[in-house]
Amino acid sequence: MSKIDINGDIVESLTGTTIEKKKSRIPARLDFLQSATGLILALFIIFHLIFESSILFGKDSMYAITKMFEGEFIVKDGSPIFISTLAMVIFAIFIFHAFLAMRKFPSSYREYLRYRTHAKLMNHADTNLWFIQITTGFMLFFLGSIHLYIMMTQPQNIGPFASSDRIYSDLMWPMYLMLLVSVVLHAGVGVYRLIMKWGWFDGENPRQNRIRTRKIIKIVVVFYLLIGLFSLASYIKIGYEHRVDYGKRYSVNMGDK
Amino acid sequence: MSKKEEASLEKQEQNIENAKEIAQKRDMSIDEGREITIRSFKYDPSNPNSKPKFVDYKLRETPGMTLYIALTKIKATIDNDLSSDFVCRAGICGACGMLVNGKPRLACKTLTSNFESGKIELLPLPTFKLIKDLSVDTGTWMKNMSLRVNSWIVSKEKTDISKIEKPVEPEVADEVFELDRCIECGLCVASCSTAIMREDFVGAVGLNRVARFQIDPHDERSDEDFYELIGDDDGIFGCMSLLACEDHCPKNLPLQSKIAYMRRKMVKV
Repeated sequence: MSKIDINGDIVESLTGTTIEKKKSRIPARLDFLQSATGLILALFIIFHLIFESSILFGKDSMYAITKMFEGEFIVKDGSPIFISTLAMVIFAIFIFHAFLAMRKFPSSYREYLRYRTHAKLMNHADTNLWFIQITTGFMLFFLGSIHLYIMMTQPQNIGPFASSDRIYSDLMWPMYLMLLVSVVLHAGVGVYRLIMKWGWFDGENPRQNRIRTRKIIKIVVVFYLLIGLFSLASYIKIGYEHRVDYGKRYSVNMGDK
Repeated sequence: MSKKEEASLEKQEQNIENAKEIAQKRDMSIDEGREITIRSFKYDPSNPNSKPKFVDYKLRETPGMTLYIALTKIKATIDNDLSSDFVCRAGICGACGMLVNGKPRLACKTLTSNFESGKIELLPLPTFKLIKDLSVDTGTWMKNMSLRVNSWIVSKEKTDISKIEKPVEPEVADEVFELDRCIECGLCVASCSTAIMREDFVGAVGLNRVARFQIDPHDERSDEDFYELIGDDDGIFGCMSLLACEDHCPKNLPLQSKIAYMRRKMVKV
């Protein structure tokens, strides 16, 4: 950091303005980045859950998707390094998003008491949704980190049998169940909030847009919860049936049984 | 039931009987109205002996009764010590804001008949300094907000009041007038989770005010100038878009779209 930067920080911390007596642009950047990282993660989840639920179409479908993400079209038989790299990038964005979003959390007993009592008294739909957002966000600090760390360090353990073994035999299904519910609710409420926050799709009638957005988001959240739950149930079933062959990998020649 | 409570109940019943007599003399009927219970917060921070408490008032509902009327009736017939604010009685002055069953509302625009259970709990607006019972000081807060966001036209042009003002496109004027309908009742601030947690937050009323001057062609300030007023976490970037302000505004101001508009402008500065 240069000397000028340090002086700038000192001036701003003491006076609230920059050396040029202007307000810092950092709060604007942070607000934008919180939204941008949230949107990237939400888009990632939208596709991730779709690909992950390929198991509903059979083991071969899930295997094909796995191989696609392992870069089979680039390297022969694919390589888990692609998965590991993707997990690392997502983990970095995830941590940055959590860091930015934490600024909004109630940070003391008094703040929490005032916010929660007020929200309960008022019983306002969008204010209640924010409680879901901070609760699921808090849960995701831990659940998301567990999942991403495993994907980063054991990317080779993805596949119809490998994933099912992890979910059933390694007793990860309770974690995945909580992760699924948290991530879908958090992303759903988050995307709704982004649309309201930046006035996207407002058109001639922003109030109508809000009602319409809420309806669409509700349908999407229910859809993703359902495919997520059914997929998880499929992995549990496969894992249960495969428990005696724990560790054995799937190959296309085995057929979709 | 204590003797004091019995005496109070007796007094209330006597008051109802008196009201009936007066009504009969005026050829009005109040017998048809149901009995409602208004539960009010009572506390006087300026009195060291005062302790925060809730007091129940039972009264007979009359046709078209608003909470303002009910409170006036309580003060006139049951408890003249109860404090609440009002001026216009017509949803214009914004003085009678309070939490009604938890929701920020204007007492003069709230009909008691809207509460099916007949039980209505009243609390003073949070985020403002409590004066007494249901009475809060929104005036000082609003004055500080106005000063903070420089709530006036800023122009280098010298004003000549003998000349007609520079014309403005009717659509733009309508937009400015629409935002100017704000009555500073404080319901948006009292419904805002950010304002509840962080007392320096400028609130929807402040952001609306900045938007009003930002779109007014008479005002020569640039977006950079407005950034200096609201470009921080106590301003536009503190807003979490929970939209309780929009949902509780008694004047139906377009707060949702105008706050989003200001955010888009400020993030580009």
